[in-house]
Amino acid sequence: MAERPEDLNLPNAVITRIIKEALPDGVSISKEARSAISRAASVFVLYATSCANNFAMKGKRKTLNASDVLSAMEEMEFQRFVTPLKEALEAYRREQKGKKEASEQKKKDKDKKTDSEEQDKGRDEDNDEDEERLEEEEQNEEEEVDN
Amino acid sequence: MADVVVGKEKCGEQRLVSLPLSRIRVIMKSSPEVSSINQEALVLTAKATELFVQYLATYSYRHGSGKEKKALTYSDLSDTAEESETFQFLADILPKKILASKYLKTLKEKREEEEEEENDNDEESDGDGAES
Repeated sequence: MAERPEDLNLPNAVITRIIKEALPDGVSISKEARSAISRAASVFVLYATSCANNFAMKGKRKTLNASDVLSAMEEMEFQRFVTPLKEALEAYRREQKGKKEASEQKKKDKDKKTDSEEQDKGRDEDNDEDEERLEEEEQNEEEEVDN
Repeated sequence: MADVVVGKEKCGEQRLVSLPLSRIRVIMKSSPEVSSINQEALVLTAKATELFVQYLATYSYRHGSGKEKKALTYSDLSDTAEESETFQFLADILPKKILASKYLKTLKEKREEEEEEENDNDEESDGDGAES
C-alpha cells in the first residue's frame, strides 16, 4: 500500500494547538517552525516505533505492546515521558474497563427488556451495535497481522 | 477522513490524546519490520508524540535566540537539533540554513582545495603524463 506523502504528516491544526498550549502566552510561532515541528513529530514516531519494535523482537513477539513503547522512551533518552505515559496508560485501561462493563450491563438490561418490551428493541440495538463494533475493532487491531 | 483534531476518535481517546490515532498508525506501519501494533501501544505512542512536540517547542524556545522577540523560529529548532544530544536524531531534517552567498563561497573554496591536491598528485607521479 503506497502512502501519499501527506499521510505521513500529522494534522497542522492539532500540532499548532499543542505548541501554543506549551509555550507562554503571546509567543508567536513562524509557519516554518510549525512545519518543522510537525516533521520532527513524524520522525519521532518512526524512531520510537523502530526502537519499540526492537524490544518486541527481543521478547520474541510480533505485536508491539505498551511496555515496548515505554522501554523505547528510556532508550531514546526521553525518560521524562515515562511517568506521564504510565499515568495515561492507567487512565486508558480504566476507561476501557468502564466501557466494557457498561456495555455488558446494557446487554443484561436489554435481555431483560426484550422479554417484556419489544418496542424499544430497535432503539437500543443501534447503540449496542456501535459499541460492539468498537470493541470488535479493538480486538481486530490487536490480532491482525499485516504483510 | 474524519480523524482531524479532537472528536470522533475511536474508543473515546479524545480526552487522553488529541492526535489522530489512525494517522499515527499509518506512520508506525510504514516502518518495515513492524507487523502489528496493540491498541495500548498506539495510544501511548500518540501520547508520547504530543509530549515530544511540547518538549521540542519549549526547549527550543528557552534556548533559542527568538526568545527576546517572543517568537519561536525555525533557527531555534535547528539550533536545538544541532546542540542537544537528545534531539540529535533531528539534525538531518532540521538543517541549519545559511545564506546562498556563503554556501557558494564555501563550494568555491572546496573546489580550489581539490584542484590543489590534484596538482600535487600530478607532480609526484612519474613523468607519464603528457607535458608539452
